[in-house]
Order: sequence, then structure tokens, then C-alpha cells
Amino acid sequence: MSDSTSSGPMLAADGTPLKISLSRALRRQKIRALALIAPLLLFVVITFIIPIATMLFRSVENQIVSNTMPEATIALEAWDESSGEAPGEDVFQALFFDLFRAAEAKEHTKLGTRLNYEQTGTSSLFRTTGRNLDDVGELWQDPIEDIAPALKDGETWFAMMSGTGGDALFDERRTLWTEMAPDEFEGEVGLTLSGDVAKILPLTAAAYADWAIFEALAEERDIATRDPWEAVYAALGLDLRNPSVVDAVNAYTGPHAQDLQLVAANLDQLPDVMFRDAFAELDEDWLDPEVWQTIKIYSPDYTSGYFLNSIDMEKGVDGAQMRPENQQIYIKLFIRTLWMSLLITGSCIVLGYPVAWILANLPLRTANVLMILVLLPFWTSLLVRTSAWKVLLQQQGVINEILVWLGFVDDANRLILMNNATGTVIAMTHILLPFMILPLYSVMKTVPPTYLRAAKSLGATNWTAFWRVYFPQSVPGIGAGSILVFILSIGYYITPEIVGGTSGVFISNRIAYHISSSLNWGLAAALGTILLSVVLVLYWCYDRIVGIDNVKLGG
Amino acid sequence: MAYVGPITRPDLMTFTAPCTAALGAVFGFVVGNAFGSPWIGVLIGAALGFGLAYLLCQFEVPRTAGRWAVIAVFAILGLVLTNLGGAIAGALVGGVLSWFVYWLSTGAYRKNVPIYYTSLQTLWYNSFLFICGLVFFFLVAPLVPVMWLSFNAEDFFTFTPEMLSFDPAGYSLKHYRDFLGTDEWMVPLKNSLIIAPIATVISVTLGTLAAIGLSQSHVPFRQWIMAIMISPMIVPLIISATGMFFFYAPLGNWLEATLGLNQSFVGYVKVILAHAVLGVPFVIITVTATLVGFDNSLTRAAANMGANPVTTFFRVQMPLILPGVISGGLFAFITSFDEVVVVLFVGSAQQQTLPWQMFTGLREQISPTILAAATVLVTFSILLLTTVELLRRRSERLRGLSPG
Repeated sequence: MSDSTSSGPMLAADGTPLKISLSRALRRQKIRALALIAPLLLFVVITFIIPIATMLFRSVENQIVSNTMPEATIALEAWDESSGEAPGEDVFQALFFDLFRAAEAKEHTKLGTRLNYEQTGTSSLFRTTGRNLDDVGELWQDPIEDIAPALKDGETWFAMMSGTGGDALFDERRTLWTEMAPDEFEGEVGLTLSGDVAKILPLTAAAYADWAIFEALAEERDIATRDPWEAVYAALGLDLRNPSVVDAVNAYTGPHAQDLQLVAANLDQLPDVMFRDAFAELDEDWLDPEVWQTIKIYSPDYTSGYFLNSIDMEKGVDGAQMRPENQQIYIKLFIRTLWMSLLITGSCIVLGYPVAWILANLPLRTANVLMILVLLPFWTSLLVRTSAWKVLLQQQGVINEILVWLGFVDDANRLILMNNATGTVIAMTHILLPFMILPLYSVMKTVPPTYLRAAKSLGATNWTAFWRVYFPQSVPGIGAGSILVFILSIGYYITPEIVGGTSGVFISNRIAYHISSSLNWGLAAALGTILLSVVLVLYWCYDRIVGIDNVKLGG
Repeated sequence: MAYVGPITRPDLMTFTAPCTAALGAVFGFVVGNAFGSPWIGVLIGAALGFGLAYLLCQFEVPRTAGRWAVIAVFAILGLVLTNLGGAIAGALVGGVLSWFVYWLSTGAYRKNVPIYYTSLQTLWYNSFLFICGLVFFFLVAPLVPVMWLSFNAEDFFTFTPEMLSFDPAGYSLKHYRDFLGTDEWMVPLKNSLIIAPIATVISVTLGTLAAIGLSQSHVPFRQWIMAIMISPMIVPLIISATGMFFFYAPLGNWLEATLGLNQSFVGYVKVILAHAVLGVPFVIITVTATLVGFDNSLTRAAANMGANPVTTFFRVQMPLILPGVISGGLFAFITSFDEVVVVLFVGSAQQQTLPWQMFTGLREQISPTILAAATVLVTFSILLLTTVELLRRRSERLRGLSPG
């Protein structure tokens, strides 16, 4: 022993204390391991985990209402939804300007579709209203242009609105556009809004700014020469209804002040229409308090509505309530998915257990040959096996033909084996059977055959020896196989889609339908979240019972 | 457990003949039913079975000659009663009946059970084997009609009378010509053969590296990392497909707009990346399983003799874990080659793969060309299976475990 070891801390070859040296080596080892893992981990996280997380996030996301109708949603907050009456004029006024913008950007149909999931008829309500909003605006545009012909010209408006000091309002309007339709409204508009006009005529300035931003950036036209849209004239009319605005206009001296004063002097020629009545004339559903209840319920940015929908509930005035009996489908579908998955798992156990037993107890050479019979369907394309079952099960299929030929089934009453639950269960049992046999086999392989012989030599009958000695030892295999088959079958899509018809489909088919046909992505995401959480709980059980490291893939 | 010793031959009149008669009665019932009179069929079948057993055993006809004679007689009987298809059915019945007679009369049915088994236990044992046989039949038989029907001369999914009577006019290779000769099927096949190998290479490369990293002794958060990497296998495909749909659509647009890439190229990239992720868990699982048995002192020995880590990996570690890497790669390949849901959501018409084409074909039932494609795929999977089996044997030989 050297001096250094006896007097101080133990030293490594290079003279550093052994403790530090060891921990440095350990750290280096950890870093090396992580460096090897990192590329794949990043790849999986970026292209798999994050996409799924964002998809699941869609199940609570609901910004579309407040983004498309920002001012109406705010005005609606004061409305009492239990009053049994449609909201007042202020809400309709805000709705007019919101919907006008949305209709120009063609965003109102999206909102209509979104609200239609909750209340049927909303989609057509928004579509027809959006088409006819111009007519409401023209009620003001025509008389104003008659009174002050200069206001027919885009140049007049541009000169009147240009100035300095209105940037705050202008930026506010731009933000509203960006929220409604992202990545279209960045860039130079070519207008600096006049602060004076913005102060005197707030609605008009806001409406003109809306138009200018849309016209310059989305339509890419020259705003200095083009006429503003009808909503601007309506806004002017509305502004002038306020006597203090009239006074301010009369005192105004900016560009084209005389035209404004001309309009203010002839107020009696402007219509005194209320927006509430105008909307009621477009579609009387606007006076239906239920439509407004739906809009108010779904105006927050995040909603539990999709989740409630996916368990057959809906949001009512007094909170969550069950949907009417005839609209309940999802709970039934979840129960059917679970029940059919259990049935498939059960039939896989019944069919797989004897086969696994015989494979584990035959001599290895015979067992290997028989194993090929299990692995062949396992390795065969899923679509090949599904098409095989389509060939076998259809009404003119092999099974029916044989039964008819042998006289067991009447030609007129062929068995209906496909496009129902029977077809799905038969085909999926066949497809998932190898996933039951392989884990069962690997567990049974470890049970020593001597145990069974010992039990028999101690006087047990065949049945007792099997039931009391062999079976308990094979239970882990049953557990592993069952969870594997159950996890796989609960999320199956292809086979039920092809042989399941309408009564044999699973929740995953409904998710696919909402993604690709009905486009109700939020509901699809909510259904997916529920399905995924069931699968993850099962996976956790699987990990506890078998351990994910011990998964064996046949071969 | 096999019993070795003299096997007593069972009595002809009280055992072999009545049992054969019972089996004959079952066949008789089925055949009689086809002709409209099951009970007459039962009687004729039972009589035939009894007579057959008596003839074969009483005159001690040699096994081979006896079986061929019975098969021939039944085949001719079937041909006379119906057509060529009937002849084959008859030959099958004859084959089963004659095998049954010899199986019983030579006492072979007791060959695999201990001598102390009672008749009931022997019966149970043999019924059990029969049940297992049925399950194996259930596993493999559905593939047979697919292959058979792929030679159909008609555009049907069903057997024609010509096919059943083995009339050459009922058979043709036209679906194979359709499969091999039209763009409708060749373009998807080509796409599958582009996408699957590249996706496999990506998942094998990244997966093997990560598996080696995971098998080191000190990995922080090992459980969590493993769970993340296995997740593509656990998450239901429809959910993965939906998530990827929302992820890859904007990514593709971005790649096209910002980098100015060709639309079709971007489409392939999207599908390949999506399939590569799906293949990763299989590579991880098989390679980590192989690494469990890997002796780490080998790498230390290599390092000791001056090899750098890269050389150690390629010269020492890689050859030993190669079987695991290859079988993981095969799993990744078959996952991509067989995948429909994700490609339906992520890909565009230009990336249509073979399973996609089959899926749309099955949903709309256009033509039995699907069956020709299916037969080609089954052949392909038999080849893959053989490869895996050979690899497994090689790996066992390498580790000194040889099958019995």
C-alpha cells in the first residue's frame, strides 16, 4: 500500500480522488447513453408525441366563436340567457359588424358549421344571413350617397380618414382580423388613420379600418381609390344617431368635413331601422333565444362541450344535461366497443389456450413446424386476412355456399355473417389469435412438465392436476395475451370498416368519420382522448403484469 | 410420455368396425343431406364404414394398398354421383375413412398416451388433438379460398360452377395480368416498395442506436424513455393517424412554400417519416431483447486491445446482435408495408400504397384483382417467415442453443 491511500482519500491513477473520478466516469457513461438515445427520442417526440398532444388539445379548444364574433360575444355577456327572449339592440348591432367582416372573409360559414354541431339549423342561419348583410348596409349607403354625392367616391373617404393619431384603433382592428383568419393580415396597408375622425366617429373609423385592412391585405387592391363596403355607411349612420356626435361633426374642420356636415344636416333622410328587426327580417331564427343560448354557452375560449358530446350530454342553460334519447349514440358505441373487444378476447383465450398448450408440450421439432401455422397468418398482411373473411362470410361467400350445397341452409335464407357484429368478431378473432397464442406459449414453455406428473402421482385426477397445478401457472400468460388482444382490438379500424357494416363498427370508425367526413375535429379529438386514456390505463396494467421489456414478438 | 411396448390390437367387431361405422354415418349424413335425404345417407354411410373396416381388417390388406384402393373407389363413386369436384370430395372422404380404420385397428390411437389411461381419457386426449387441429385449420384455412379465387376467370368474389368442377375454362391468370400490367396496381406497389425500405432504414438506424443506449447500465429516466419509444405501438392507429394528419399537413405546406420542394417529394417524405415512427417500437423491442444476452465484457476486451468505440461497434457488437436487428427491421418493414390508416390520412393520391389500393378496392368491391394482390402478398409473407425462421435458428446456433 502506498502512502497516499493510507493518509488521504483514495486516489485514482491520475491522482484525482477516486470518488470524484468514479462519479465523473458515471456521468460520462450517462451522457454517452443519452447521446445514443437522443436522436430517436427527439424524432419520436417531435413527430409523434407532440402531434398527438396537440390533436388531443383540440378537444377543449373553442376560440372560433370569440375570434369570429369578438364584439358580439362581449356584448352578449350582459344578456340574461334565462330571460326567454333574444338579446337587445346592442348585441345585434355588434353582430352586424362582426358578421359583416366574417362574411367578407368567408369565415362565417365555419362558425356556422361549428355551432351547428350543438344546434342544428345554425349553419344555414349563418350562411343565409351572411349572404344578405349587404342589403342591410345599403339601407344607409343609398340615402347617404344621395345626400352627399362626394361620399360615393373612394378618394373622398380615403382623404377623410387619413391623418395621424388613429394608430391605436387601427392596430386593434388588425388584431381582430388576425385572430379570425391567421397569417393573412400582416403587412403594410397604406393608410394612417386620422385620430380626430376616430374620436368623433368611432364606429365609422373602426368599420373603415376593417375594410382598409381587408381590402389592402387579403384582396390586395388599392384602397385609395376604391369605395368602402356597405358596413362603413351603416356605421356612419349609427354614429350620427348620437346627438353629441352631430355636434362634434358640425365643429369638425378636417378634410371633407362639409360632406359629413351635409349628412348630419339631413338626418331625417336616413333610415331609423333597428338591427334587431333587420336581422329578424333576414331570418326570424335570430329572435329565437335558443340560438343565442348556444352562442353564449360556446363563447368562452375553452369548452368541455366536446367531451360532454362524446358521452351523449350537452351544455344547457343550467349546465350539463343528457341529450334526448334518440340522439344518444356514443355511450352505446363505447359500450359496444368494450363488449365486442371482451368477446374477441374471450374467444381468443378459448381458441388460443389449447393450441398454446399443445405447442408447449409437443417435442420441439414438431412444435416448430406447427408454430409456422400460427406465424403464417401473423405475418400475412392484415388486408389479405380481411379480404379472406370478406370472401368467406358474404352472402354468396364460401361458408354460405358450402352450407347451401350440403343442404343445411335454405338458399333463400342464407346466413347473414357479414356487415354486422358477427362478422367483426369472427374476423378479428382470427386476426388477433396469434397475439394470444404467442405470449401464452412463452409462459407455458416455462412451466415444468414434472409438476403435472408429480400432481398425478400424488393421486390427482387429470382435471385436478390441470386445474389446481397447471392452470394457475399459466394465468400470467392469459393476462398478458388478453391485455394485448384487448388493447389492439379496442382501437381497430380497418377490419370493422370492411366487414362490420353499421352494427359492427367500433368507436375508432366514428373517430375516422368525424375527421374525414363530418369534419367535427373537436368531437373526434374528445372521443380519441377517451379511447387513448382507456388504452393507456390498460398499457399501465400490462407493464405491471408483464413488463414492457418482456414483450416477445413471434419468431 | 410416449408409451413404448407392445400395443394390443383392439377387437374388430366390438371396436374398430362400430367406430368406423359411426364416422361413416357422419359423412353419410352430410352427403345424404346434399342429396335431400340425410337419414338414408346415415344408414348407407354406417353400412359402408362397417363393411370397409371389416374388409380391410379381416383380410389384413397391407396399409398402402388398402388406403389407395379405398381412395380410388370413393373418388369414382363421387365422380359417378356428381362431377370432378365430387370426385375430389369423394377421395378426401375415402382418405379420411381408410386412415381412420388403420389408426384404430393398429392401436396407433393409443400411441401417445400412457398405458394406464382409461378409454375415456384416451378419447379425451384424441378429441383434444382434434380440437387443436380445428383451431390450426381456422388459422390457416381462410387464406386458401383467397388464393384459389385469384385464378377465377370471372370478375366475381365467389366460386363459379366451372371452378368447382375443375373445368379449365373456369380458371385464368387474368387477375394476375391486371395486377402486373396496369398502373392502377403497379404504381401502388412501386410506392410501397419505395416507402417501406426507406422507413425501415430510418427506424432501424435510430432504433438500434437507441436500444444500445438503453441497454447501458446507468440510464436516467429509463422507464419513461422506454414508454415514449414504445408508444407508437400502443396508441391506437386511428389516433396516431389523426395526430399526424394535423401535424404533417402544415409541415408539408411549409416545406413546399419555404424550401420550394416538389409536392410529390414532400408527400413521400411525410409518409416515410410517419411510417418510420411506427416501426421504431419493433426495432427497440427486438434489439433490446437481443442485447439482454449480450456479454459486455466483449466490448471491454475490444477496448482493452485498442479498438475505438466505432470499430468495437461494427466488428464486435454488430455481428452478434445482427439477427435481432434484422428481425426488428423485418417487423418495421412489414408494419410500413401493411399500413393503411396513417397513409390514408397523411398521404395524397400520389403516395397511394398497395394496402391503400386494396382497402379502397375492398370497400367498394371493384375487382378480384385484390385477390391476386393478396396471393402475391401471402407468398411474400411465406418468404419473410422462412427468412425469420432461418435467422432464429442461426441465432440459436450462435448462442449454442440447438433445437431438439
